[in-house]
Amino acid sequence: MEKKSSLFLTFIKIGLFTFGGGYAMIPIIENICVERKKWITHDEMMDITVIAESTPGPIAINCATYVGYKQKGIWGAIAATFGVVLPSFVIIYLISLFLDNFLEITWIANAFKGIRIAVGILILDAGIRMFIKMKKRVIPCIILVLSFAAMMLINVFAWSFSSIFLILIAALISLVIFQIQGAPSGEGGDKK
Amino acid sequence: MILLELFLGFLIVGLFSFGGAYAAIPLIRDVVLLFGWVEEDVLTNMIAISESTPGPIMVNLATYVGCSQAGVLGGIIATFAVILPAFLIILLIMVVLKKMLANKYVKAVLEGLKPCIAGIILAMGSYMILRNSILPVFQQPMDLWALLIAVILSVLLFGSKLVFKKKMSPIVLIAISAVLGIAVYGF
Repeated sequence: MEKKSSLFLTFIKIGLFTFGGGYAMIPIIENICVERKKWITHDEMMDITVIAESTPGPIAINCATYVGYKQKGIWGAIAATFGVVLPSFVIIYLISLFLDNFLEITWIANAFKGIRIAVGILILDAGIRMFIKMKKRVIPCIILVLSFAAMMLINVFAWSFSSIFLILIAALISLVIFQIQGAPSGEGGDKK
Repeated sequence: MILLELFLGFLIVGLFSFGGAYAAIPLIRDVVLLFGWVEEDVLTNMIAISESTPGPIMVNLATYVGCSQAGVLGGIIATFAVILPAFLIILLIMVVLKKMLANKYVKAVLEGLKPCIAGIILAMGSYMILRNSILPVFQQPMDLWALLIAVILSVLLFGSKLVFKKKMSPIVLIAISAVLGIAVYGF
Protein backbone atom coordinates (compact mmCIF):
# COMPACT_ATOMS: atom_id res chain seq x y z
CA MET A 1 0.00 0.00 0.00
CA GLU A 2 2.77 2.37 0.98
CA LYS A 3 4.66 1.65 -2.23
CA LYS A 4 1.60 2.36 -4.33
CA SER A 5 0.96 5.76 -2.77
CA SER A 6 4.65 6.53 -3.10
CA LEU A 7 4.44 5.67 -6.84
CA PHE A 8 1.32 7.78 -7.16
CA LEU A 9 2.81 10.82 -5.43
CA THR A 10 6.14 10.60 -7.22
CA PHE A 11 4.48 10.47 -10.63
CA ILE A 12 2.21 13.37 -9.71
CA LYS A 13 5.41 15.31 -9.10
CA ILE A 14 6.85 14.18 -12.42
CA GLY A 15 3.64 15.12 -14.23
CA LEU A 16 3.51 18.50 -12.54
CA PHE A 17 7.05 19.64 -13.15
CA THR A 18 7.81 18.52 -16.70
CA PHE A 19 7.08 20.96 -19.44
CA GLY A 20 7.39 20.12 -23.10
CA GLY A 21 5.97 16.63 -23.28
CA GLY A 22 7.33 13.13 -22.96
CA TYR A 23 10.87 13.55 -24.17
CA ALA A 24 11.47 16.22 -21.54
CA MET A 25 10.24 13.73 -18.95
CA ILE A 26 12.77 11.00 -19.63
CA PRO A 27 15.74 12.67 -17.88
CA ILE A 28 13.54 13.57 -14.91
CA ILE A 29 12.15 10.05 -14.59
CA GLU A 30 15.72 8.78 -14.77
CA ASN A 31 16.85 11.15 -12.04
CA ILE A 32 14.01 10.27 -9.68
CA CYS A 33 13.32 6.60 -10.38
CA VAL A 34 16.86 5.40 -11.04
CA GLU A 35 19.14 7.61 -9.01
CA ARG A 36 17.05 8.66 -6.06
CA LYS A 37 14.39 6.01 -5.49
CA LYS A 38 16.34 3.16 -7.10
CA TRP A 39 13.08 1.66 -8.37
CA ILE A 40 14.70 0.59 -11.62
CA THR A 41 18.26 0.21 -12.93
CA HIS A 42 20.03 2.23 -15.60
CA ASP A 43 19.70 -0.67 -18.05
CA GLU A 44 15.98 -0.88 -17.42
CA MET A 45 15.73 2.86 -18.02
CA MET A 46 17.40 2.35 -21.41
CA ASP A 47 14.90 -0.43 -22.12
CA ILE A 48 12.00 1.84 -21.25
CA THR A 49 13.25 4.56 -23.55
CA VAL A 50 13.52 2.16 -26.48
CA ILE A 51 10.13 0.57 -25.74
CA ALA A 52 8.48 3.98 -25.29
CA GLU A 53 9.78 5.14 -28.64
CA SER A 54 8.60 1.97 -30.40
CA THR A 55 5.12 1.83 -28.95
CA PRO A 56 2.24 4.21 -29.61
CA GLY A 57 0.88 6.66 -27.09
CA PRO A 58 2.32 9.31 -24.79
CA ILE A 59 5.90 8.47 -23.78
CA ALA A 60 5.22 9.56 -20.20
CA ILE A 61 2.42 6.98 -19.96
CA ASN A 62 4.67 4.25 -21.31
CA CYS A 63 7.33 5.09 -18.71
CA ALA A 64 4.90 5.38 -15.80
CA THR A 65 3.22 2.09 -16.65
CA TYR A 66 6.58 0.33 -16.92
CA VAL A 67 8.00 1.64 -13.64
CA GLY A 68 4.71 1.12 -11.80
CA TYR A 69 4.37 -2.47 -13.00
CA LYS A 70 7.99 -3.27 -12.13
CA GLN A 71 7.44 -2.06 -8.58
CA LYS A 72 3.99 -3.26 -7.69
CA GLY A 73 2.34 -5.12 -10.55
CA ILE A 74 -0.86 -4.00 -12.18
CA TRP A 75 -1.97 -1.76 -9.30
CA GLY A 76 1.42 -0.09 -9.29
CA ALA A 77 1.07 0.55 -13.01
CA ILE A 78 -2.36 2.07 -12.50
CA ALA A 79 -1.17 4.23 -9.59
CA ALA A 80 1.83 5.60 -11.50
CA THR A 81 -0.12 6.22 -14.71
CA PHE A 82 -2.97 7.90 -12.86
CA GLY A 83 -0.45 10.05 -11.02
CA VAL A 84 1.35 11.26 -14.12
CA VAL A 85 -1.91 12.22 -15.84
CA LEU A 86 -3.65 13.92 -12.92
CA PRO A 87 -1.82 17.29 -12.85
CA SER A 88 -2.26 17.79 -16.62
CA PHE A 89 -5.90 16.95 -16.41
CA VAL A 90 -6.65 19.37 -13.58
CA ILE A 91 -4.64 22.23 -15.11
CA ILE A 92 -6.14 21.86 -18.59
CA TYR A 93 -9.63 21.45 -17.20
CA LEU A 94 -9.28 24.78 -15.37
CA ILE A 95 -7.88 26.44 -18.50
CA SER A 96 -10.72 25.06 -20.64
CA LEU A 97 -13.23 26.78 -18.36
CA PHE A 98 -11.72 30.20 -18.94
CA LEU A 99 -10.01 30.09 -22.33
CA ASP A 100 -12.94 31.27 -24.45
CA ASN A 101 -13.48 34.29 -22.21
CA PHE A 102 -9.78 35.08 -22.25
CA LEU A 103 -9.66 35.02 -26.04
CA GLU A 104 -12.29 37.74 -26.21
CA ILE A 105 -9.78 40.13 -24.69
CA THR A 106 -8.08 41.82 -27.66
CA TRP A 107 -4.47 41.70 -26.54
CA ILE A 108 -4.69 38.03 -25.57
CA ALA A 109 -6.22 37.20 -28.95
CA ASN A 110 -3.37 39.14 -30.59
CA ALA A 111 -0.80 37.27 -28.51
CA PHE A 112 -2.31 34.04 -29.81
CA LYS A 113 -1.92 35.24 -33.41
CA GLY A 114 1.81 35.31 -32.71
CA ILE A 115 1.72 32.06 -30.76
CA ARG A 116 0.07 30.15 -33.63
CA ILE A 117 3.06 31.03 -35.80
CA ALA A 118 5.43 29.65 -33.16
CA VAL A 119 3.51 26.36 -33.05
CA GLY A 120 4.12 25.72 -36.75
CA ILE A 121 7.82 26.41 -36.36
CA LEU A 122 8.10 24.14 -33.33
CA ILE A 123 6.40 21.30 -35.19
CA LEU A 124 8.62 21.79 -38.22
CA ASP A 125 11.63 21.72 -35.89
CA ALA A 126 10.45 18.42 -34.38
CA GLY A 127 10.18 16.99 -37.92
CA ILE A 128 13.67 18.18 -38.80
CA ARG A 129 15.09 16.58 -35.65
CA MET A 130 13.42 13.28 -36.56
CA PHE A 131 14.87 13.51 -40.06
CA ILE A 132 18.38 14.15 -38.69
CA LYS A 133 18.15 11.08 -36.42
CA MET A 134 16.88 8.91 -39.28
CA LYS A 135 19.14 6.59 -41.25
CA LYS A 136 19.62 8.22 -44.64
CA ARG A 137 19.12 5.34 -47.01
CA VAL A 138 17.28 5.41 -50.30
CA ILE A 139 14.03 3.71 -49.37
CA PRO A 140 13.42 5.59 -46.10
CA CYS A 141 14.10 8.84 -47.93
CA ILE A 142 11.59 7.96 -50.64
CA ILE A 143 9.01 7.06 -47.98
CA LEU A 144 9.68 10.39 -46.26
CA VAL A 145 9.29 12.44 -49.42
CA LEU A 146 6.13 10.60 -50.45
CA SER A 147 4.48 10.88 -47.05
CA PHE A 148 5.45 14.57 -46.89
CA ALA A 149 3.96 15.23 -50.32
CA ALA A 150 0.81 13.25 -49.58
CA MET A 151 0.25 14.95 -46.24
CA MET A 152 0.87 18.38 -47.75
CA LEU A 153 -1.74 17.76 -50.49
CA ILE A 154 -4.20 16.38 -47.94
CA ASN A 155 -3.80 19.49 -45.77
CA VAL A 156 -3.85 22.09 -48.52
CA PHE A 157 -6.88 20.66 -50.33
CA ALA A 158 -8.54 19.57 -47.08
CA TRP A 159 -9.02 16.03 -48.38
CA SER A 160 -10.56 13.69 -45.91
CA PHE A 161 -7.77 11.15 -45.89
CA SER A 162 -6.40 10.48 -42.44
CA SER A 163 -2.67 10.27 -41.78
CA ILE A 164 -3.48 6.94 -40.12
CA PHE A 165 -3.81 5.46 -43.61
CA LEU A 166 -0.38 6.83 -44.54
CA ILE A 167 1.05 5.12 -41.47
CA LEU A 168 -0.68 1.84 -42.34
CA ILE A 169 0.54 2.05 -45.95
CA ALA A 170 4.11 2.71 -44.76
CA ALA A 171 3.88 -0.31 -42.43
CA LEU A 172 2.68 -2.49 -45.30
CA ILE A 173 5.37 -1.25 -47.69
CA SER A 174 8.13 -1.87 -45.15
CA LEU A 175 6.87 -5.43 -44.62
CA VAL A 176 6.87 -6.08 -48.36
CA ILE A 177 10.36 -4.62 -48.76
CA PHE A 178 11.54 -6.68 -45.79
CA GLN A 179 10.23 -9.85 -47.46
CA ILE A 180 12.01 -9.04 -50.71
CA GLN A 181 15.27 -7.69 -49.35
CA GLY A 182 15.70 -9.52 -46.09
CA ALA A 183 16.79 -7.67 -42.97
CA PRO A 184 17.32 -3.92 -43.17
CA SER A 185 20.92 -3.37 -44.22
CA GLY A 186 21.90 -1.05 -41.36
CA GLU A 187 22.16 -2.53 -37.89
CA GLY A 188 18.97 -2.17 -35.87
CA GLY A 189 18.89 0.12 -32.87
CA ASP A 190 19.18 3.86 -33.06
CA LYS A 191 22.24 5.86 -32.45
CA LYS A 192 21.96 8.77 -30.11
CA MET B 1 -23.35 10.08 -28.95
CA ILE B 2 -20.57 12.50 -28.15
CA LEU B 3 -18.93 10.46 -25.34
CA LEU B 4 -18.62 7.41 -27.56
CA GLU B 5 -17.20 9.53 -30.38
CA LEU B 6 -14.67 11.09 -28.02
CA PHE B 7 -13.68 7.67 -26.75
CA LEU B 8 -13.25 6.15 -30.21
CA GLY B 9 -11.54 9.22 -31.68
CA PHE B 10 -8.92 9.43 -28.94
CA LEU B 11 -8.50 5.68 -28.76
CA ILE B 12 -7.42 5.82 -32.41
CA VAL B 13 -5.04 8.69 -31.62
CA GLY B 14 -3.53 6.72 -28.73
CA LEU B 15 -3.17 3.63 -30.87
CA PHE B 16 -1.44 5.19 -33.87
CA SER B 17 0.73 7.90 -32.35
CA PHE B 18 4.16 6.35 -32.71
CA GLY B 19 6.99 8.73 -31.83
CA GLY B 20 5.60 11.01 -29.17
CA ALA B 21 3.49 14.11 -29.06
CA TYR B 22 4.50 15.68 -32.34
CA ALA B 23 3.51 12.54 -34.19
CA ALA B 24 0.15 12.70 -32.45
CA ILE B 25 -0.65 16.28 -33.43
CA PRO B 26 -1.55 15.46 -37.08
CA LEU B 27 -3.69 12.54 -35.86
CA ILE B 28 -5.49 14.66 -33.30
CA ARG B 29 -6.11 17.29 -35.96
CA ASP B 30 -7.54 14.62 -38.28
CA VAL B 31 -9.91 13.29 -35.66
CA VAL B 32 -10.92 16.70 -34.33
CA LEU B 33 -11.69 18.10 -37.80
CA LEU B 34 -13.43 14.88 -38.88
CA PHE B 35 -15.89 15.07 -36.00
CA GLY B 36 -16.00 18.88 -36.20
CA TRP B 37 -15.20 19.26 -32.48
CA VAL B 38 -13.12 22.43 -32.57
CA GLU B 39 -11.90 24.74 -35.32
CA GLU B 40 -8.39 24.68 -36.66
CA ASP B 41 -7.32 27.99 -35.05
CA VAL B 42 -8.69 26.92 -31.69
CA LEU B 43 -6.78 23.67 -31.94
CA THR B 44 -3.56 25.52 -32.78
CA ASN B 45 -4.06 27.78 -29.74
CA MET B 46 -4.53 24.66 -27.68
CA ILE B 47 -1.38 23.02 -29.00
CA ALA B 48 0.55 26.07 -27.78
CA ILE B 49 -1.13 25.88 -24.37
CA SER B 50 -0.39 22.15 -24.17
CA GLU B 51 3.26 22.84 -24.81
CA SER B 52 3.36 25.56 -22.17
CA THR B 53 1.63 23.61 -19.42
CA PRO B 54 3.14 20.60 -17.67
CA GLY B 55 2.42 17.03 -18.62
CA PRO B 56 2.15 14.96 -21.78
CA ILE B 57 0.97 17.07 -24.73
CA MET B 58 -1.39 14.35 -25.95
CA VAL B 59 -3.09 14.14 -22.57
CA ASN B 60 -3.43 17.93 -22.44
CA LEU B 61 -5.04 18.04 -25.88
CA ALA B 62 -7.38 15.13 -25.14
CA THR B 63 -8.45 16.73 -21.88
CA TYR B 64 -9.12 20.07 -23.55
CA VAL B 65 -11.06 18.70 -26.51
CA GLY B 66 -13.04 16.38 -24.25
CA CYS B 67 -13.89 19.13 -21.76
CA SER B 68 -14.84 21.54 -24.52
CA GLN B 69 -17.25 19.02 -26.03
CA ALA B 70 -18.82 17.33 -23.06
CA GLY B 71 -17.60 18.93 -19.84
CA VAL B 72 -15.51 17.18 -17.25
CA LEU B 73 -16.88 13.74 -18.13
CA GLY B 74 -15.90 14.29 -21.76
CA GLY B 75 -12.42 15.25 -20.59
CA ILE B 76 -12.11 12.11 -18.50
CA ILE B 77 -13.32 9.86 -21.35
CA ALA B 78 -11.00 11.43 -23.95
CA THR B 79 -7.99 11.31 -21.61
CA PHE B 80 -8.73 7.71 -20.61
CA ALA B 81 -9.02 6.73 -24.28
CA VAL B 82 -5.76 8.37 -25.34
CA ILE B 83 -3.70 6.66 -22.62
CA LEU B 84 -5.43 3.26 -22.72
CA PRO B 85 -3.53 1.77 -25.70
CA ALA B 86 -0.13 2.86 -24.31
CA PHE B 87 -0.98 1.41 -20.91
CA LEU B 88 -2.21 -1.92 -22.26
CA ILE B 89 0.60 -2.33 -24.79
CA ILE B 90 3.29 -1.75 -22.15
CA LEU B 91 1.63 -4.28 -19.82
CA LEU B 92 1.35 -6.74 -22.69
CA ILE B 93 5.03 -6.34 -23.54
CA MET B 94 6.10 -6.73 -19.92
CA VAL B 95 3.88 -9.66 -19.06
CA VAL B 96 3.71 -11.87 -22.12
CA LEU B 97 5.56 -10.49 -25.10
CA LYS B 98 8.98 -9.62 -23.71
CA LYS B 99 10.59 -10.54 -27.01
CA MET B 100 8.03 -8.86 -29.23
CA LEU B 101 10.10 -5.77 -29.98
CA ALA B 102 13.04 -7.98 -30.95
CA ASN B 103 10.93 -9.75 -33.57
CA LYS B 104 12.36 -9.02 -37.02
CA TYR B 105 9.00 -8.23 -38.61
CA VAL B 106 8.07 -5.83 -35.83
CA LYS B 107 11.49 -4.22 -36.16
CA ALA B 108 11.13 -3.85 -39.92
CA VAL B 109 7.73 -2.20 -39.56
CA LEU B 110 8.92 0.17 -36.81
CA GLU B 111 11.91 1.19 -38.93
CA GLY B 112 9.63 1.78 -41.90
CA LEU B 113 7.26 3.92 -39.87
CA LYS B 114 9.95 6.41 -38.84
CA PRO B 115 10.44 8.15 -42.21
CA CYS B 116 6.68 8.17 -42.81
CA ILE B 117 6.06 9.85 -39.47
CA ALA B 118 8.92 12.30 -40.04
CA GLY B 119 7.33 13.19 -43.38
CA ILE B 120 3.91 13.69 -41.80
CA ILE B 121 5.33 15.93 -39.06
CA LEU B 122 7.36 17.98 -41.55
CA ALA B 123 4.25 18.47 -43.68
CA MET B 124 2.19 19.43 -40.63
CA GLY B 125 4.72 22.09 -39.58
CA SER B 126 5.10 23.42 -43.12
CA TYR B 127 1.35 23.60 -43.58
CA MET B 128 0.87 25.48 -40.30
CA ILE B 129 3.56 28.00 -41.23
CA LEU B 130 1.98 28.36 -44.69
CA ARG B 131 -1.46 28.89 -43.22
CA ASN B 132 -0.55 31.27 -40.41
CA SER B 133 2.30 33.32 -41.85
CA ILE B 134 2.65 32.96 -45.64
CA LEU B 135 -1.00 32.88 -46.72
CA PRO B 136 -1.81 36.14 -44.84
CA VAL B 137 0.57 37.95 -47.22
CA PHE B 138 -1.77 37.13 -50.11
CA GLN B 139 -4.96 37.98 -48.25
CA GLN B 140 -6.91 41.21 -48.21
CA PRO B 141 -5.90 43.16 -46.18
CA MET B 142 -2.33 42.02 -46.68
CA ASP B 143 -0.54 40.96 -43.50
CA LEU B 144 3.23 41.10 -43.81
CA TRP B 145 3.69 41.10 -40.03
CA ALA B 146 2.87 37.42 -39.72
CA LEU B 147 5.66 36.58 -42.14
CA LEU B 148 8.05 38.84 -40.24
CA ILE B 149 7.19 37.14 -36.94
CA ALA B 150 7.79 33.74 -38.56
CA VAL B 151 11.21 34.85 -39.78
CA ILE B 152 12.21 36.29 -36.39
CA LEU B 153 11.08 33.17 -34.54
CA SER B 154 12.87 30.86 -36.99
CA VAL B 155 16.09 32.84 -36.66
CA LEU B 156 15.81 32.72 -32.87
CA LEU B 157 15.05 29.00 -32.68
CA PHE B 158 17.52 27.72 -35.26
CA GLY B 159 20.08 30.44 -34.48
CA SER B 160 20.14 29.58 -30.78
CA LYS B 161 20.91 26.01 -31.77
CA LEU B 162 23.90 27.04 -33.88
CA VAL B 163 25.27 29.74 -31.59
CA PHE B 164 24.72 28.28 -28.13
CA LYS B 165 24.63 24.62 -29.16
CA LYS B 166 21.56 24.43 -27.01
CA LYS B 167 17.96 24.36 -28.12
CA MET B 168 15.74 27.19 -27.01
CA SER B 169 12.92 25.80 -24.88
CA PRO B 170 9.53 25.73 -26.65
CA ILE B 171 8.01 27.70 -23.77
CA VAL B 172 10.51 30.53 -24.25
CA LEU B 173 9.77 30.61 -27.99
CA ILE B 174 6.01 30.65 -27.34
CA ALA B 175 6.44 33.48 -24.82
CA ILE B 176 8.45 35.52 -27.34
CA SER B 177 5.85 34.87 -30.03
CA ALA B 178 3.10 36.12 -27.71
CA VAL B 179 5.04 39.34 -27.06
CA LEU B 180 5.62 39.79 -30.80
CA GLY B 181 1.92 39.19 -31.49
CA ILE B 182 0.91 41.89 -29.02
CA ALA B 183 3.63 44.26 -30.26
CA VAL B 184 2.51 43.90 -33.88
CA TYR B 185 -1.25 43.56 -33.66
CA GLY B 186 -1.79 45.92 -30.76
CA PHE B 187 -2.58 45.84 -27.08
